[in-house]
Amino acid sequence: MPTVVFKVGDDVSTDVIYPGRYMATVLPTETPQFAFADEAAFNAKLKAKQIPPGSILLGGKNFGCGSSREQAVSCLKGPELIIVARDFARIFLQNGINLGLRMIVCPDIEAAEGDELELSVDALVNKTSGRQFKIEPMPRSRQVIIDAGGLIAYTRTRLQQAVV
Amino acid sequence: MTIVEKILARASGLPSVKAGDVVEPKVDLAMSHENAALVINQFLEIYQGTPLPPKIWDPSRVAVIFDHRVPAESSKTASNQKKVRDFVGVQGVGKFHDIRGDVGGICHQILPENGYVRPGYVVVGTDSHTTSHGALGAFAFGIGATEMATVWALGSVLNVEVPTTIKVVVKGRFKKFVGPKDLILHLIGKISAQGANFKVLEFHGETISKMSTSGRLVLCNMSVEAGATAGIVPADEETARYLREEAGVTGPIEPVLPDADAAYESVIEINVSKLQPQIACPHTVDNVKPIDQVAGKRVNQIVIGSCTNGRLDDLAIAAKILKGQKVAQGTRMLIFPASAKIFRQALGKGYVGVFMQAGAVVMNSGCGPCLGIHEGALGDGEAALSTTNRNFKGRMGNPNSEVYLCSPAVAAASAITGVITNPRKK
Repeated sequence: MPTVVFKVGDDVSTDVIYPGRYMATVLPTETPQFAFADEAAFNAKLKAKQIPPGSILLGGKNFGCGSSREQAVSCLKGPELIIVARDFARIFLQNGINLGLRMIVCPDIEAAEGDELELSVDALVNKTSGRQFKIEPMPRSRQVIIDAGGLIAYTRTRLQQAVV
Repeated sequence: MTIVEKILARASGLPSVKAGDVVEPKVDLAMSHENAALVINQFLEIYQGTPLPPKIWDPSRVAVIFDHRVPAESSKTASNQKKVRDFVGVQGVGKFHDIRGDVGGICHQILPENGYVRPGYVVVGTDSHTTSHGALGAFAFGIGATEMATVWALGSVLNVEVPTTIKVVVKGRFKKFVGPKDLILHLIGKISAQGANFKVLEFHGETISKMSTSGRLVLCNMSVEAGATAGIVPADEETARYLREEAGVTGPIEPVLPDADAAYESVIEINVSKLQPQIACPHTVDNVKPIDQVAGKRVNQIVIGSCTNGRLDDLAIAAKILKGQKVAQGTRMLIFPASAKIFRQALGKGYVGVFMQAGAVVMNSGCGPCLGIHEGALGDGEAALSTTNRNFKGRMGNPNSEVYLCSPAVAAASAITGVITNPRKK
């Protein structure tokens, strides 16, 4: 069952998720080493591959505010983290959907590091506390992109339709 | 309809749209900076496994401006810039601004000053401060690199949900040394960093009507710091004056204005008559306080510049305050004009001489210290006072430092004392 491996507060910016000084690195294969670079303990665990894929990063409100840098998404997708937050900043949410990052909007979530969370389509159960929380659906406008497996695949389909 | 609803209806070929509708607007202008390197990767991937050649839908509508790391601070950056330079050459990108002293500068200054943005346009940029261009009555918003790759391929943004709009009505006259930066910091403090997430801030009122385009650019630039998808000012006589006189636009200018019965999510009224200079304190932009609550705070570095406050009127007010004065010992002052054109104008007006004689370092146009990539980083335990737009932890290159945000007048007055200083009380 997915475990909360790292918990952060409200308004965590992309400067914290992926500091600007590493922005010259763009390849999704290379960005994960700089995820939360200034949070030394978590970053060290990520780099040492001690975080199992499918682990949960728990955010507060407005997760991913600030810059449009896509590295802030690819650095979390690489280690296959699931991001659960009370809500997301607009550009981060769209970038996440476009790149296929697993994100869950859970407005009332209460959990601590180490808690195990059971995920279903519309609810999340904190198995440690026994409490259940409602999951908000993703924006319906973006569902086709999620269903296509990301924006690149969706655009490729649309492009070929346009040519035909 | 609101302005944004009208713009999206036209760009989507629909008679009308309303908030919540999903549309696919055609893009009038698509801007990227150095992160075009990533856009190129994603763009080429779209074409993988298809028989189609990768070709930008309309290269005349694409702008690429180098500003984030100019000149390159590392071989990696230089190689990325080379890759982008080669690509824009092959694709015939029409609006390419390389690292140059004639046409270079920060993307959000280059677009307006060259007349690339017009009222009613749909503008997308791979930079969150693309909201700036709402100052000219365009719907301008930030997108990620993959989304831009789609725009390059198709010429449209896919699956855009029409945002709701908050109407902001501003009245009153600013006191001396108080201006647009103080207004937008005050608004962000009031509604919070999340207050306009997924929404548009549409600015109205006598204060906005009398405000220069430069001031409107400040408001729209920082609208994203309240989470807004876009900020927008209805185009008016000042917009036309700016485009004709300062940006050299000769073609038609067609303002898009809101209907009298437009549906707004809410209305916020602000009177600026009694507004004092505002400071955004570490580490969030909505941690805003009137200056007297933080006056006296020691600062190690003063920064004037950026896409927010690096224009000629910003430099003029700083020069007025700094003329014949000295930057305090133990404080360093960095000034970076928003574009090469503004730099040359500042030279002509003598501002650059004033700054250097005061002890400031005047740097080439670019994003510079604002995002802490390659110059003007802070040391451990240091604090900066800056006219830029973000004070997130680590923003100026060091997570063990602090950034305070302010207007150019406050920055200049504080440079002389070395502590946060209210220019109205000097």
